[in-house]
Amino acid sequence: MQNVRKRAALKEAFIAAFPHTIPVLTGFLFLGMAYGVLMQTKGYGVLWSVLMSAAAFCGSMQFVAITLLTTDFNPLQAFLLSLMVNARHLFYGISMLDKYKGLGKIRGFLIYVLCDETFSISYNIEPPENISRKYYYFIISFLDYLYWVSGTLLGGVLGNFITFNTKGLDFVLTALFVVLFIEQLKKKENRWTGIIGIISSIISLSIFGQDNLVIPSMIIILITLTAGRKKLCT
Amino acid sequence: MHLTPVQTIIMILAITAGTMITRFLPFVLFPEKKKIPVFITYLGKALPSAMMGLLVVYCLKGVSVLNAPFGIPELLSIITIILLHKWKNNVLLSIGSGTIVYMVLVQMIFV
Repeated sequence: MQNVRKRAALKEAFIAAFPHTIPVLTGFLFLGMAYGVLMQTKGYGVLWSVLMSAAAFCGSMQFVAITLLTTDFNPLQAFLLSLMVNARHLFYGISMLDKYKGLGKIRGFLIYVLCDETFSISYNIEPPENISRKYYYFIISFLDYLYWVSGTLLGGVLGNFITFNTKGLDFVLTALFVVLFIEQLKKKENRWTGIIGIISSIISLSIFGQDNLVIPSMIIILITLTAGRKKLCT
Repeated sequence: MHLTPVQTIIMILAITAGTMITRFLPFVLFPEKKKIPVFITYLGKALPSAMMGLLVVYCLKGVSVLNAPFGIPELLSIITIILLHKWKNNVLLSIGSGTIVYMVLVQMIFV
């Protein structure tokens, strides 16, 4: 009896959550395939690319890692670079502390796969009243993870099989972030913090260049938010 | 394949470890059962919109405003998204249309 009810709740959560993941489905299948193809051209077959996607699941860092896999063996450098490229996850975690409270065993998995896209959707789009929060977050996280791993698998197996012109398709993820950013700005209390995010990143981009943008931006954001706490809180 | 299978597995583990430290650290430092410091709660509310701003800039970081096409495809697509989102307020519609506008622009107009 309990199993039946569980399955029904999971199904309802799926129906509520799936539409929100469609942009990620498009973007991740496409970029995942690009990753699989690129790994293939460097001599790393589908087994390796899927293993990397399934274990590390860290999009942009995986592309950076292709360079690391084609130079001298240096795991310490890979570890440190991975810490730096992924440092933004620290801020996602802090933001999700409250939402991921009391979700039981599933919580570990949710944290393991907390990427940019999953964070953006799970933070911005509240589950409907009658839907289990736990399952809702699980479905979003699991689907996004599945899209990325499947994309990698397809890319590794099919190679350069796609014939229609996909140029510009990766813009779907930019569009996702733009829309969710607009959604954030709808709330009055988020306006200043949103503007702080944009300005900090532009400053950091113009000083440190596009390859070292993230960590300086995070530091400027942190300092500004700390300094402006009294003003921003009210 | 440049590295040996064992070396490749070690590399995958190193990258996974680095990534997972960044994902798990906040949850390890501030466990569920302990009370979260007020400052961290504040950050948890203030950071998301700032980070969404960072992600938008991050996605556009490679766009050059000095060289052709001067970021015009990106600008036009984002304007489309903003206007459409104001008008219809439909997340998927805004994302889908913005992407199609961008693809048409970079494939047919700003080739």
